[in-house]
Amino acid sequence: MKNKFVQAILVIALGSALVSSCKPKNSGDAVSGDAAQRVYVAPGKYDEFYNFVSGGFSGQMSVYGLPSGRMMKVVPIFSVDPESGWGFSEETKPMLNTSEGFIPWDDQHHLELSQTNGEVDGRWIFANANNTPRIARVDLKRFKTSEIIELPNSAGNHSSPFITENTEYVVAGTRFGVPGDYDKGDVPINTYKENFKAHISFIKVDKESGKMDLSFQLRLPGVNFDLSHAGKGKSHGWFFFTCYNSEQANTLLEVNASQRDKDFIMAVNWKKAEEYIKAGKGKIEKTKYAHNTWNDETHTGTSVIKEEVLVLDAMAMKDICYLMPCPKSPHGCDVDPTGEYIVGSGKLAALIPVFSFDKMVKAIGKKDYEGDYEGIPVLKYNSVLHGEVQKPGLGPLHTEFDGKGNAYTTFFVSSEVVKWDIKTLKVLDRVPTYYSVGHLCIPGGDSKKPFGKYLIAYNKITKDRYLPTGPELTQSAQLYDISGDKMKLLLDFPTIGEPHYAQAAPADLIRNNGQLKIYDIKKNNHPRVAKGEKETKVVREGKKVHVYMTMVRSHFSPDNIEGIKVGDDVYFHITNLEQDWDVPHGFSIRRAQTAELLIMPGETATLNWKPSKVGIVPFYCTDFCSALHQEMSGYIRVSPAGSNVPISYSLGTNLPASAKK
Amino acid sequence: MKENNLTILSKVLLVLVGLLFIGSLFVPMWRIELNAPQYPEGLMLQLHANKIGGDVDIINGLNHYIGMATLHTENFFEFKILPYIFGAFALISLILVFINNRKAVFGFLVVFVLFVILAGIDFYRWNYEYGHNLDPNAAIKVPGMAYQPPLIGYKQLLNFGAYSIPDTGGWMLVGAGILLFAIVLKEFKFKKSI
Repeated sequence: MKNKFVQAILVIALGSALVSSCKPKNSGDAVSGDAAQRVYVAPGKYDEFYNFVSGGFSGQMSVYGLPSGRMMKVVPIFSVDPESGWGFSEETKPMLNTSEGFIPWDDQHHLELSQTNGEVDGRWIFANANNTPRIARVDLKRFKTSEIIELPNSAGNHSSPFITENTEYVVAGTRFGVPGDYDKGDVPINTYKENFKAHISFIKVDKESGKMDLSFQLRLPGVNFDLSHAGKGKSHGWFFFTCYNSEQANTLLEVNASQRDKDFIMAVNWKKAEEYIKAGKGKIEKTKYAHNTWNDETHTGTSVIKEEVLVLDAMAMKDICYLMPCPKSPHGCDVDPTGEYIVGSGKLAALIPVFSFDKMVKAIGKKDYEGDYEGIPVLKYNSVLHGEVQKPGLGPLHTEFDGKGNAYTTFFVSSEVVKWDIKTLKVLDRVPTYYSVGHLCIPGGDSKKPFGKYLIAYNKITKDRYLPTGPELTQSAQLYDISGDKMKLLLDFPTIGEPHYAQAAPADLIRNNGQLKIYDIKKNNHPRVAKGEKETKVVREGKKVHVYMTMVRSHFSPDNIEGIKVGDDVYFHITNLEQDWDVPHGFSIRRAQTAELLIMPGETATLNWKPSKVGIVPFYCTDFCSALHQEMSGYIRVSPAGSNVPISYSLGTNLPASAKK
Repeated sequence: MKENNLTILSKVLLVLVGLLFIGSLFVPMWRIELNAPQYPEGLMLQLHANKIGGDVDIINGLNHYIGMATLHTENFFEFKILPYIFGAFALISLILVFINNRKAVFGFLVVFVLFVILAGIDFYRWNYEYGHNLDPNAAIKVPGMAYQPPLIGYKQLLNFGAYSIPDTGGWMLVGAGILLFAIVLKEFKFKKSI
């Protein structure tokens, strides 16, 4: 009896040991031995690639070096940034203006580097704002937002800002079908099918200056456009958009927009659309949208409200748009470097369909349609399909390419990256991500010329990967080496906001693009610049007081100001006189109701201050500029509202009576 | 008579000397390289025949910390006359070809050497003046109130390492001097043996 009991215990113990030894080993084993060496960039050495990562709900863009994962900069775009004064200084406020006024925040999802001949050219990077539909252009010589254009007739600007192969256009498809601004908008929500429409914007980009202009919009059936990519090479002239909610549900989309077996990838012949526009088929519609541009010589943003947009009804023109059925609410829409293969990733599909551009053109020629969707021809699935990747994983989202005939697709649900052969559609390798990867990026991975050495996966969930930081944990990026047959995990690094799409380019391409070091003060055309201490002054205009101030290591001019009164509206127009690299100065005033200014060499910026208390108010430089940074400061005397203390200002002369003899 | 005439080679070399003098007008003569932890890329002061060049604005911006006077081309009479001197040297070199007399060449070499010595003394004088005439109210009191860059070679000045050497134009002048010396040597010493 006793023996049997002991035996039973032994059997149970052995059994459970066997079972637990079958459990897969933890993720620590996924890193190969030389990973540390591969990502180590010695102090003072440069990284090999720039990685531009969308900031998600932070509204900004972050810049990292690869392979080290070191963050170098956060570029403010759609959200105010107290650190740099973006959205706080008088000059930058117009950059965040919209048709409904100043908006301090947005959700930044996708980035796209400008291209020439389908190759990354390192001039600009475009960014989308998801919530209040906008597209921004960031100048990569300055790492500064140069332009923001609002998109009318749009809501949830998700399928943007993707570009054509010579940056002819940036496109932006609406995520939400909504009645156009020119349609009657005050309608019952459950009249989606009749009243809701979707618009896709084509924004022309000037070849030299990069200036954007909303060229035209396509009016389309009310669906949700999700992502897009331009054709390239042979498919240049076409654009591809995934769309879901072809069910046109307006409530409980989770269920109601997941009913149909297939939604669509929409192919847009934009060259054809251009022809129709030229032929005058577009209709000018009334709307309102802001177009904000930054001027590097006046150091000032200007916001212009535009009131018209050219709309082309794609449902009426039968040969602009074609729909390719694509399984289960497709998300990513990626075109391989040759331009032949279009990969659609159905979020709920158990396979990845790959479409052939040649087959699509043939099918369109033969009018091989299975019907139409609100006037837009629907091509037969089998006529346009190159093939399907079978059992690749669960929840495919996005695909990038290495230029060697391989595609890499992320899987949110099964939390992995899968490498597969574009031609044979065979799965070649798979690696886990930690955890639930969204987008991925290969340097140049959506262009004609991928650089294909690294792959970065951007994860939504990190759980146990980092030291805990309360309820909200960091999001992360993971770097993989893809130079060999097998993908190798090299590094984890945290990111700001939530990273969505990202771009990467060889360091030399950006570094040698003519990086700006200083703003030439001779070219400073700010209307209230002081180009030297002799030009500084304080001018009262009624309640308004304009202070023309300069800063140089290590003093302000003037640094003693009297005659300011409670209730005044004071504007400090401050010029940084430095003409040397890496010598910005900051400016802050006690109890100023706004953020600091951070002013680059040769730049002028303005801080508005409304003193409400009598007393002496100090101001100082906030950027440790020199050995005498702590001395870089000054005083303002604030007198009562009715006081008759005259305006006076000085530097170095306003000494105490005891010193004047 | 004939023994004082110049050989064809010497004449060619004289023309070359003239060209070197002219050439030196278009490139910087002297440079002072400055390195500091804050300036890993280095700062450079370049002295041309007619102006101060290089990062002079940045250096002037830094001078106030130690109370050194700022550098301005118009404060140095040398930049007004140096182009004429080098122009004259070039002209003399060419005229010597026609004068065709080795004693004249020797005389010119002596003049040039004297000029170089004078220029060196003048450069030292300015270095001394700027390095010692420091504003006593400046934020940083330099130990010994002396911040004099080296006449030639390297010297550490607080956080800056200063390296004073000829620039392209200076090397051209050195070349001109060597050529003149070679002509004189050839004409006086080796003439008969050739």
